[in-house]
This record gives sequence, structure tokens and C-alpha cells, in this order.
Amino acid sequence: MLRLNLLLLAIVLASALGGVAAQHKARKLFTELEREQERMRSLEVEWGQLQLEQSTWATHARIEQIARERLRMRPPAAGQLLAVEAAR
Amino acid sequence: MKFGNNPLLSQRLPAWRARFVATLILSAFCLLAARSLWLQVVNNDFLQQKGESRYSRVIELSATRGRIADRSGDMLAVSTPVKSIWAIPEDARLSPAQARALAALLQMDVRELNRRLASEKDFVFVKRQIPPDVAEKVAALELPGIHQQREFRRYYPSGEVTAHVLGFTGVDDAGQEGIELAFEAALAGRAGSRRVIKDRLGRIVEDVDSVRPPQDGRDITLALDAKVQYLAYTHLKQAVAEHKAKAGGIVVLDVRSGEVLALANLPAFNPNNRVRLNGAQLRNRALIDVFEPGSTLKPFTAALALEKGRFRFDTPIQTAPGRLTIGSATIHDTHAYGTLTLAQVIQKSSNVGVAKVAATLAPEEMWRMYDELGFGQPLGLGFPGEAAGRLRPFKTWRPIEQATMAYGHGISVTLMQLARAYLAFARDGDVIPLSLTRLESPPVAGKSIFSAQTAREVRAMLEMAVQPGGTAPQARIAGYRVAGKTGTARKLEAGQYTDRYVAAFVGFAPASDPRLIVAVMIDEPAAGKYYGGEVAAPVFARVMAGSLRTLGVAPDAPLAPVQVAHDAAAVPDSL
Repeated sequence: MLRLNLLLLAIVLASALGGVAAQHKARKLFTELEREQERMRSLEVEWGQLQLEQSTWATHARIEQIARERLRMRPPAAGQLLAVEAAR
Repeated sequence: MKFGNNPLLSQRLPAWRARFVATLILSAFCLLAARSLWLQVVNNDFLQQKGESRYSRVIELSATRGRIADRSGDMLAVSTPVKSIWAIPEDARLSPAQARALAALLQMDVRELNRRLASEKDFVFVKRQIPPDVAEKVAALELPGIHQQREFRRYYPSGEVTAHVLGFTGVDDAGQEGIELAFEAALAGRAGSRRVIKDRLGRIVEDVDSVRPPQDGRDITLALDAKVQYLAYTHLKQAVAEHKAKAGGIVVLDVRSGEVLALANLPAFNPNNRVRLNGAQLRNRALIDVFEPGSTLKPFTAALALEKGRFRFDTPIQTAPGRLTIGSATIHDTHAYGTLTLAQVIQKSSNVGVAKVAATLAPEEMWRMYDELGFGQPLGLGFPGEAAGRLRPFKTWRPIEQATMAYGHGISVTLMQLARAYLAFARDGDVIPLSLTRLESPPVAGKSIFSAQTAREVRAMLEMAVQPGGTAPQARIAGYRVAGKTGTARKLEAGQYTDRYVAAFVGFAPASDPRLIVAVMIDEPAAGKYYGGEVAAPVFARVMAGSLRTLGVAPDAPLAPVQVAHDAAAVPDSL
């Protein structure tokens, strides 16, 4: 009788400790998940900012200015154009 | 004597005393049990709440506003988080050095800062929408009573080029003008919230009850083509400056799908920096301002006459001596042309000729056509403040009014309505609804107004109008056949025609298989020239040439240089 009780007590203790450990682990994992989600949000914000930056660099006014002034490009005159028929 | 032998102890107490005390104690226990039952089971909300407030927190989950992109996915409007600095004035007792440091970081005047902090209110914004890195430096100062709040700020990379189409949002990130307002429901996000348990270190360890996820706003893809829009805006700007005009507007439509590829107005504003805005800058003229379209309506009168079989393409019309008296009013032409065919009437833009054509038409027929073309009713694009224009009921038309209406006076339209009406010629006689957003598939068929035959004949007339001998040779483009019509209308003010003008040009290309419609309107050109063919047609030509090239439309005319009769203005072509 006593032996059985001791055994049960040991099992109960082990289960209780296991419960505590599981809870602790769950919380740790949750914190980690939380951190990753936070990172995801901040990356999304950064993505938006990069898109904005890209759009700003790619403004047509800026492209035209660089093409004209730095690269010395100009639209072809009408006589310099050759239309190519698409192969059918 | 021992205590145990005390005679008092042998005295028997009455039984009720013991029972009385027992009952008293028992009822006290019952009372306690009832109270604890009340607190913990029946009415436990209050304590539960108090307990939770020790460790659980509600976190706001902010949602971002949808982005706006052009048809190829280039971003036109993006929201990005910024910080706002706010203060509880009562707590914010800053030393002069602290105030100076804060003001320097926020690029504010110290006096202005102190004035705000001296406020009687419980809550004041010190400065809204500052970049996150500045906000971090402010937080590092650890000033008492100064707090931060996360907000969103909207940026428009293309600035004033797309200002009128996109509109803008207020400081609370809600749309106030343009697309931002028209599509507010789709663009706006809905903030969510969650209740969590935090541990001693402030880390979130668990979600309690349900999480309400934030809903980000939907992204919107416009029909706008950023390149075409840029071409349209810069060339309009050039022309408005060159002709010292008061204002201007331009619209580019895709003939096949009815999509609005470009929409620009001047004067414009920079949506990223909206200090010192005035009403004139904000007006989206192409949609909310009406004007008398003038001669740009003549082709519709001609089309109706063709459609009803009253005239043929080459029916001769006597326009000499260049004026025509109807009732007490007289209509004038700029020159006396003599006998012209119907096509030449359109080519030369003869008022007398068109008035004579209109005289063969019933007012009801003309009214019905204008009505079907959409004049006098808003386009229904969902744009805020869209104007309907004015088309009076035909029963009130006097003969002179019918004659002037045939060449675009006594009727008013928006530039967008005018451009859309030209769809009837550019397509084979039908008009389709316009769209500000990109369409996956074009509308199948529109409302038919003219027969395909009529549309073809009017196209031929409009092509003649841009040939030498027409009113707008400057509208021609190398490599493409162009068709279009000029308009020069005196402005009506307080019921009187003034000597200020609206110069307009509406046209399409390539004429063999139209792809684009461009409509240009220049308000009050004041540098000498005011004819639509001189002021608006060159803008049309540059924008059309650039747009056709951008869209890769195959040329339908030889690529020989165009012989332009006027002295070629020293305006560079845009890339």
C-alpha cells in the first residue's frame, strides 16, 4: 500500500514538473514567435520605404534629366527611325 | 484550594448558552461563505478585471493604408510609419536647456514650443509626423511628460505630376481629395487589437481571448500610365508657361478600353508639402470645371447630319459672305470661304457652315445626341465634385441657340466629357464608360451613337483638319496619321462674352486604327496667340507622339519628317 502511494506521488510530482516545464517552454517559444512577427512587421515597413525610395529615384523627371544632361541622349529625329514589321 | 475543586465548576450552565454561541459562530461562517461565493462566482467581474489589469494589456494593431500604383505597378502613393510627439503640459516641466534641445531636434522655434507646453489642455501635439530616427533621438532625451505616438504619413514620389489624380490624405491618414477620397473605403485599413499577458520584463507571453486582426487597406492599381502622365504634365506645363495662360488641363484616354491613361491640370501643387495651398491649385479642372467647348463640337453636328442622311461627305454648303443672321443675332466666320463641302466646313471650322447644317436638324435630335454622348450628366467616375456640365432641355432652344450650340456655345462640358465623346469617332460610333482603375478586360461594347460608316467619314474630316489648309497643321506627328479638331471659345462671364479665350484641341491617332485620344484645354492664353490650333494643338502633338512611342504603337504613315508650316518653336521633344 505504502509503496503504491509513493509511486503515485512520484508520478504526480513528475507530471506537475512536466507541466511547469511545458508551460515555460511554450512561453519562450511564444516570445520568440512574437519577436519574429515584430521583425516581419518592421521588414514590411522597410519594404514600403524601399519602394518609396525606388519610386523617388525612378521619377521620370530625374530620368529625363540624366538622359539629357549626363548621357547626352535625345529623341531620334523622324528620319532616323526605321519601323520593323512584326513577323507573323 | 485547588482550581479543580472550585465549587463554581460543579455548577451546571444552562444548555442554551452553548447552543447560542455555536449558532452565532456558524452563522458568521455562513456569512463569510456567502460573501466569498458572491465575490468569486456570482459577481466576479470587477475583481477579475482588477486582477487582469495587473498583468494583461490590450495592444492596438495598426493597419496600413493601401498603396496606389500605376498600371505597370510603379508606386504613386505609399504610407510609411512616422512618429508624432505629444505632451501632457502639466507634467512637461522642462528646463530651458531641455526645451532648447527638444526644439532643436524638432526644428521648431523654442518660443513656439514653450507656448504649446504652456497650454491649459491635458493633451497637446508638439509636432506631428516626424521621421522615426528623429523620434528616437527625442526619446533618448527622456523628457518628463513628452510622449510619442505612431502614425502614418503618405508620400507621393511623383509629386505634382500626379497631384490632381491622386489627391491627398489628411494628417489622420484619411483621404481628402481625388482618388484618395474616391476610393477611401477600399484604401483605408481597419486597426485591430489583441489582449495579451506580459511578464515582468514586458515580453508578451500569451494571448488571452480572441485577437481582432488588423485589416490592411487594399492596394489600388490605376489605369494611369506614369510615363504618359509625365509627358502630359510636362508638355502642358511648358505650354501654360509659354502662353502665360491662367490654367490648363489635359486628358489621355485609351480608345479600346476607356481607361484614363493620364489626367493633369495646372496650376498644380506638391502633395508632399501642402503649406500655402490655394483653391486654384487644388482644382481638378478636367473633371470639375466646365467650359464652352467651342468648335470641338462641330464634328458632332456634322456626324448627326450624316447619320440622318441630310448631308453627304461632299454636299456643298454656301458659306459666303462669311456671316449669317438668325433672328437678331449674326454669326461670323474668320474668313469668307465661299462654297465648301461638309468635310471642308469641318476642316476650315466654318461657323456659318455648321449653323446651316444645324438648321436642317430638329432640336430634339441634337439634344438626344448630346445627351447620349453624356453631356449634362456627371461621368460617374466616383471622383469628388465631378461636374455635370450644362445642356438645356431642347424645348427652350431658340433657333439662334440651336445654331450656336452646333458649334459649341451655349453648352458647357468638362474636358473629360469632351474627350469621352470623341470615343464615338475613334471607335466605330459607340462610346464606352471610362475607368480610372486598370481593367483586366475591356468593356465588350458600348452605347452605339453613330453608325460605323458615319464614324469613318468624320474621321476622314478630322484628318483633313490637321492637314495644310485645316485649322491645326501643328497637330501632326511624324509617322502617324492624326485626326482632331480645334476649339477656340470666348469665355462667358456674368452672361457676357469677354475677349478672353479658352483654346482647346481634341484628337486621336493613329487615324487608321485609333488607339489614344488626347484632349487639351488651355485657359486664357495671354501671350498673343489664342487659337486652339496654335496653343493647344502643339501640346497635343508632343504628348501624342511621346505616348504612341511609349506604348509601342506601330506607325501608320511614312516616317518622313513632317513639313510644318510655322516656325518650329524651340521646345525640345520629350523623351
